[in-house]
Amino acid sequence: MNARGYSVNHPSVQERIEKKRQAALTGGGQLRIAAQHKRGKLTARERLELLLDPDSFVEYDMFVEHRCSDFGMEADHNKYPGDSVVTGQGRINGRLVYVFSQDFTVFGGSLSGAHAQKICKIMDQAMMVGAPVIGLNDSGGARIQEGVESLAGYADIFLRNVMSSGVVPQISLIMGPCAGGAVYSPALTDFTFMVKDTSYLFITGPDVVKSVTNEDVSQEELGGAKTHTTVSGVAHRAFENDVDALLNLRDFFNFLPLSNKDPAPVTECHDPRDRLVPGLDTVVPFESTKAYDMLDIVHGIVDEREFFEIMPNYAKNIVVGFARMNGRTVGIVGNQPKVASGCLDINSSVKGARFVRFCDAFNIPIITFVDVPGFLPGTAQEYGGIIRHGAKLLYAFAEATVPKITVITRKAYGGAYDVMSSKHLRGDVNYAWPSAEVAVMGAKGAVQIIFRGKENQAEAEAEYVEKFANPFPAAVRGFVDDIIQPSTTRKRICRDLEVLASKKQTNPWKKHANIPL
Amino acid sequence: MFLQWQRSSSVTVGLLVLVWTPLFHSHVCFSKQRCGVIICRYSTVYDPTEKVSLFIRVIKTCKKMGIKTVAVHSDVDSSAVHVKMADEAVCVGPAPTNKSYLNMDAIMNAIKQTGAQAVHPGYGFLSENKQFAKRLAAEGVSFIGPDTHAIQAMGDKIESKLIAKAAKVNTIPGFDGVVKDAEEAVKIAGEIGYPVMIKASAGGGGKGMRIAWNDEETREGFRFSSQEAASSFGDDRLLIEKFIDNPRHIEIQVLADKHGNALWLNERECSIQRRNQKVVEEAPSTFLDPDTRRAMGEQAVSLAKAVKYSSAGTVEFLVDSKKNFYFLEMNTRLQVEHPITECITGLDLVQQMIRIAMGYKLQHKQSDIPINGWAIESRVYAEDPYKSFGLPSIGRLSQYQEPLDLRNVRVDSGIEEGSDISIYYDPMISKLVTYGKTREEALKKMEEALDNYVIRGVTHNIPLLREIIVHPRFVSGDISTKFLPEVYPDGFKGHMLTAGERRELLATAAALYVAAQLRSQKFLGDLRVSVVPAESRQWELCVELDKGVHMLGVSRSGNNYTVEIDGEKVEVSGEWNLASALLPLTINGKHRTLQCLLRTAAGEITLQYLGTSFKLRVLSKLAASLSKHMPEKVPEDTSSILRSPMPGSVVAVSVKPGDNVAEGQEICVIEAMKMQNSMTAAKAAKVKSVHCKAGDTVGEGDLLVELE
Repeated sequence: MNARGYSVNHPSVQERIEKKRQAALTGGGQLRIAAQHKRGKLTARERLELLLDPDSFVEYDMFVEHRCSDFGMEADHNKYPGDSVVTGQGRINGRLVYVFSQDFTVFGGSLSGAHAQKICKIMDQAMMVGAPVIGLNDSGGARIQEGVESLAGYADIFLRNVMSSGVVPQISLIMGPCAGGAVYSPALTDFTFMVKDTSYLFITGPDVVKSVTNEDVSQEELGGAKTHTTVSGVAHRAFENDVDALLNLRDFFNFLPLSNKDPAPVTECHDPRDRLVPGLDTVVPFESTKAYDMLDIVHGIVDEREFFEIMPNYAKNIVVGFARMNGRTVGIVGNQPKVASGCLDINSSVKGARFVRFCDAFNIPIITFVDVPGFLPGTAQEYGGIIRHGAKLLYAFAEATVPKITVITRKAYGGAYDVMSSKHLRGDVNYAWPSAEVAVMGAKGAVQIIFRGKENQAEAEAEYVEKFANPFPAAVRGFVDDIIQPSTTRKRICRDLEVLASKKQTNPWKKHANIPL
Repeated sequence: MFLQWQRSSSVTVGLLVLVWTPLFHSHVCFSKQRCGVIICRYSTVYDPTEKVSLFIRVIKTCKKMGIKTVAVHSDVDSSAVHVKMADEAVCVGPAPTNKSYLNMDAIMNAIKQTGAQAVHPGYGFLSENKQFAKRLAAEGVSFIGPDTHAIQAMGDKIESKLIAKAAKVNTIPGFDGVVKDAEEAVKIAGEIGYPVMIKASAGGGGKGMRIAWNDEETREGFRFSSQEAASSFGDDRLLIEKFIDNPRHIEIQVLADKHGNALWLNERECSIQRRNQKVVEEAPSTFLDPDTRRAMGEQAVSLAKAVKYSSAGTVEFLVDSKKNFYFLEMNTRLQVEHPITECITGLDLVQQMIRIAMGYKLQHKQSDIPINGWAIESRVYAEDPYKSFGLPSIGRLSQYQEPLDLRNVRVDSGIEEGSDISIYYDPMISKLVTYGKTREEALKKMEEALDNYVIRGVTHNIPLLREIIVHPRFVSGDISTKFLPEVYPDGFKGHMLTAGERRELLATAAALYVAAQLRSQKFLGDLRVSVVPAESRQWELCVELDKGVHMLGVSRSGNNYTVEIDGEKVEVSGEWNLASALLPLTINGKHRTLQCLLRTAAGEITLQYLGTSFKLRVLSKLAASLSKHMPEKVPEDTSSILRSPMPGSVVAVSVKPGDNVAEGQEICVIEAMKMQNSMTAAKAAKVKSVHCKAGDTVGEGDLLVELE
């Protein structure tokens, strides 16, 4: 016994710290790490190393351990320093970010009370500091041994997800299983990305599905990356593997402001802001029924043809994503004439609405390219509630107070014209290309109604085309600010964004608005 | 280019050019009244790209001569490049050709309305229409180009051969008439001696053409050729002649006026061909001596005189290794490769054609025609050179930039950024001409021009062109029409990197990666939370190229990067403008222009280097070491099944089982919401089965077409 009451054979505090640190760094141990690699997945720490700038990670709560004493969990070999999640803050291209990375090698990444507490700690700090939170999810679900403590942990995280919503950007990258209650955290964050073939998201797994509904379905079909990026619209994008996903996430992060207090970031830009884009003068086909690719327009206009598309494989009749104009992040929304004629339906309305609201929450100007023949008719849409879902997009554009620039490239028909960031919804600058047609509907339909049962329909149709199939009706009323040569679009938008950078607009005070959910 | 004769095209563009108030300078003098030139353009025969480029060419010369021009066009072509360039444009009707370009009344009206005094008919229908010629003559309007008699006489292989023989032009030994049947073919072949060529009288471009080395092949060849000729040209007449193995293709440019005078403007060497289409041409030829040149020129002129030819024309010859030359055919239009003749003679052929049409006598004597320097022409095609030296590719030119800032470079094209290269068009993008005092200088310039030519959105043949012009055999002038199959017996595979070149490429990719990484840490403006960039002057990178993995050390000082690869140092410096399509760099002291075709967040970088594009992947050492855990993935092949992406009705099905389709080619059109959506092939393949027909209603996900 020495003076401080420790046995001389007992390791010193210094040694114990070192030992715990080492244990924390190896997570569930070499065997489980090897198994994780064998599944084609990286460990929680490897992921953070790749996501963050070299040597920038500052770890919190490395010594936190779970507090469960049932089912033998209190045994020393069942205690892992740091438990099943790695948390802290670091830098991506020099910018601050808070991160958590679930460790599948420790109890399958399951969520204990301690695990949840660690996540909550960084989320709270991220909110106070004003920096984004990135979660790397790889967890089997609740720590069943802990029972309600684990459930409470989920709820604590959910609450913080909701409180942070619109304050700091939140991104979830699903890199393994994520099932049951756990799915609601990614669902509440702004963006959910997945890794192909190694990640799953579902409320209940295939076994439960089989026992309840007698459906036979594989994990991949039920909740794989393909399902969620093409069918359900739960995930915003999928990447090939862990490395690909993390490198892309670094790239994506550069588009986002740190919080709702920061303007959209501006990076060094080599693309001349007054660059003319001659290809745009011919991109819209002469025949107004012929399709073209809206992405040709987007790529031509934005800096360096770089466009980070959100949900590229879901509701493809609308294109949304991030790009830069003269270095400044902008959100792009465009109808896609190449898919279902670019009409608005339930899925595309919801996809567009969520994107517009994100941009508005985080001071990202919105540029809208309009070529929309209307809302999609039919029983499937009506029964599905196109009225209430379509209203979401209308609502989102109307409430947005960020700079809004709209370019009507061709059709802007009916209610869909109003919806697509029109002047009437406080569009700041609304342009029409010479090919623009702003009207209640196409000539044929219109004439059938106006001149029902009358002869000379062809003549009437020609008259309608002459009157409405051009940008003048909207231009003479000031509903578009100018009719512009398509090749000058980039130059004009860059100039407008500079002017609108100091735009200030507020909506009336309210507790919160009531978007038609 | 005869191949295009078979290309049925629904795309039409028309052009009418007229003189308004001429400003007479140069050598042409028109009367003081309003006079004009009209160019019309028709479908089905030649490719629109080539035509547009010809019309642009004509308008440019007219501008120089002070002649005002008017383009004739249909509704849909109002934004074509030449229509915008012309001083005036007249719409002659809606898209269908019989309502616009084939509507002679509308065109005659346009002529009257604009007071045009001359017509350039372009290629095709009207250029050979006697009635049109008559109506023009009645109105006192000149017709630019040879008269219809000469065109018809030279258009028929048998007739042209007989005329040539009569004019004492060397012709290929062979039978000068129509062969009746297979047995007669064998008999004639025996008389001429094998090998023989069986070819369609009406044909060209390799269609209806067979080479036979014995009696059996002759019989077979006769049968195939006559079938092919019948189906392709509706004319199954065949002729047989001696086949000249491994020849050169050399042609003589002639110029003849309406007063019986004719000149030869030296030769063009057009031996570099693939599938009987020219790829690289040059003037003069390295092969001809002055005597042979004069002999060929004189024969060409005597042929022109024999058919009372007026305007510019080309007499094509095959030349064997002993400099024996044989008449092949006469081309009665301004050929694609005419610019190289203009370069070395200083003559503007279009200007000469306009003068001739106006009835002026030739301005020059034979002794006035020089050979000044050397000119090379590369035909830039939207083709994949890795497939049979060039199979058509299609797409939209998302970026397009001609190397026009270089001296002594001329580009004739009919397209611009944003143009669609579709299956209806000939795949030619442009003719790129470089000029130098010597051949070496012209070739060097061509390398530079090809490196600085930006074409994005379609696959193009610049890799092949860039390889041909530096190949030792080409450089030494040792070429023939067999050049490509001989030099690349297993097909073209792109540039083969030497060890040094490989290092240059790896170093460039690494430096580009670091430049991009550094830029991504640069945020501008006032920041609430400061940026703490990762300070580094040294990078350890792992670069993959063709399954080879290299560890590189990179250090930077300003814009200069030093890259260490396997103990060797490569210095790379440049502006590092990451938005520019071109990367002008200095690599180990040498100036090189590379192009960055792709740069992704995941480290993929595709560079065009020495004409060929190379795919690389640059990763940090850490990312590379972690990548080894990533699962190997077998890509799922969904490219052979085409499903309807939406509910709608099938408007048209453009393929049938057994058809070969190119990647991106339209397979069928689905109409939904009164909009037509074109469904295209995801890969080049043969059509296995078709599960829909025009008029069908299809649901989302319904199988439309299966490919093999």
